Amino acid sequence: MSATATARRPATRPTEPKRKGFLGLDRDGLLLAVPALIPVVLFSMYPLLRGIYLGFTDAEAGRNSQTSFTGFDNYTQLLGDSYFWDSFRIGLIWAFCVTVLQFFASLGLALLLNQKLRLRWLARTLALVPWAMPPVVIGIMWRLVYHPNAGILNSTLKDLGIIDSNVEWLSSLSLALPAVIVVGVWSGMPQTTVVLLAGLQSVSEELKEAAAVDGAGPWQRFRNVTWPALRPIVTAMTTLDFIWNFNSFSLVYVLTEGGPGGSTRLPMLFAYEEAFRYGNYGYAAALGNAMVLVIAVFVVFYLRRRYREEG
Amino acid sequence: MRGFRTLATPAKYVALVAYLVFLAFPLLWLISTAFKPPQEMALIDPTIIPAEPTLDNFRLAFEQQPLARALLNTLIIAGTSALVTVLLSIPAAYVMARYRSALSRMTMLWVLLSQMFPFILVIIPLFLLLRDAGLYDTQLGLIIVYVVWSMPFALWMLRSYVVGIPVELEEAAAMDGAGKLRTLKDIVAPLLVPGVVAAALFAFVSAWNEFLFALVLLRTPELQTISLTLVKFIGAEGVARLGPLAAAALVATIPSLVFFAIIQRRLVGGMLGGAVKS
Repeated sequence: MSATATARRPATRPTEPKRKGFLGLDRDGLLLAVPALIPVVLFSMYPLLRGIYLGFTDAEAGRNSQTSFTGFDNYTQLLGDSYFWDSFRIGLIWAFCVTVLQFFASLGLALLLNQKLRLRWLARTLALVPWAMPPVVIGIMWRLVYHPNAGILNSTLKDLGIIDSNVEWLSSLSLALPAVIVVGVWSGMPQTTVVLLAGLQSVSEELKEAAAVDGAGPWQRFRNVTWPALRPIVTAMTTLDFIWNFNSFSLVYVLTEGGPGGSTRLPMLFAYEEAFRYGNYGYAAALGNAMVLVIAVFVVFYLRRRYREEG
Repeated sequence: MRGFRTLATPAKYVALVAYLVFLAFPLLWLISTAFKPPQEMALIDPTIIPAEPTLDNFRLAFEQQPLARALLNTLIIAGTSALVTVLLSIPAAYVMARYRSALSRMTMLWVLLSQMFPFILVIIPLFLLLRDAGLYDTQLGLIIVYVVWSMPFALWMLRSYVVGIPVELEEAAAMDGAGKLRTLKDIVAPLLVPGVVAAALFAFVSAWNEFLFALVLLRTPELQTISLTLVKFIGAEGVARLGPLAAAALVATIPSLVFFAIIQRRLVGGMLGGAVKS
């Protein structure tokens, strides 16, 4: 009894606001929380704030260079930079396509896995495997699949008579982005599938059966019973997927390094090059801020529409 | 309803098989390439099952690149990060679960926010910070970064495990005169073991798989992690080198595969729990 009483007392005794301590913790609580708090503040909150600030400076590599505050100079420069527009256009195409395709592919798979089918265990296990693989390995694996001479994709398509000669999937200007998007969908499917499956399993069976008794077909049952229950999960999941995809780096870095001719240079790859190849820290941080802005705008817009639709 | 189900079943199986092919095809090809001798690599009609399977690619992978060294480095970095992450997270997670403070809400907010921000905003200042502290291009620097970045999620995970422990146990201990630290050490910690194992495995695997931080924060070849070594492997892509590349990639996947094999059963249920609670 006394343990919780002492623990909660500071929060529930308004007469002594000064003695409440930091964040509503007493001495023991602080003692326990501080070892975890210090590194988080020092190595993630502080760098993030400094990163946002760097976007408004002309910071560059080199120990002697002086950094000064330049206000919105970086951003006016960004607006006139065609590489910036290209990479953000590519980033948005990539993030939209991967998120949408991933969602529909995962929804289909989750609906199948939610039924009593043979081989379900195999599909369940396989659906999780991409999750367990390092992004670098996924990139290497798909490079092997797409390999123009020794890849399985070209030889299969030739066997099926779809193509006549070997296709250079990852080094063709028009095919590289779609090819990379397929890999993005493949690698992101597990998470989305698992979340959707969990959502499907929480849909009440009684409700579905009641609808069936009232003569609702499978589509009507999905539309009127399953979908409304699934909807909040779908909103949260697609929002997060979009953010992750827009920020993604490793997979495409391994597959194409942004090539050919910048046709797969996602915003993060562009920013990475600016920062660590050319040493333009300030400009790269400004790119990061622009990415945050894009994400924030899309997320707010999307969530508002979503919630308005739901009434 | 039954009649419709049996009619629709073949279509469902076709769809399921299509998914299986899409999911498994690249994996099978990776495994197949890893066990293929070079002369089979560039055949006009390549086969999924190698005609003469060989382990040569694995031997070559370890000979041509400092693969063993990279595996050891990654093991040290990921192992230490996992250990430190849970040691720091257990007490903080306990506080989050048992105190009604702003800390829990702030941590949740931080878990969400840290997902939203592009890494580039964090990685430049981190690079500068570690360089000024003399920790650039050291394993310690990378360990610190990994600990910090897996901690929010570990905290969140462990918190829900602490909530599951009945408060009455602690109350009883307090009646017997045990202090907060003593209660945590003797009563709570032993009951937390499954949660701690899960959080540690999670931290280990995220560090093992990580690429961008390692790319920016390490330079010396002798210090490199497995992801960096694999990317170096790609470089000049003669057909003969694809075998060792595939073999090395396969070796690099083993720890995370083992991890997922362990937690696979809990995964769906755990995600469901999280979805309902939040």
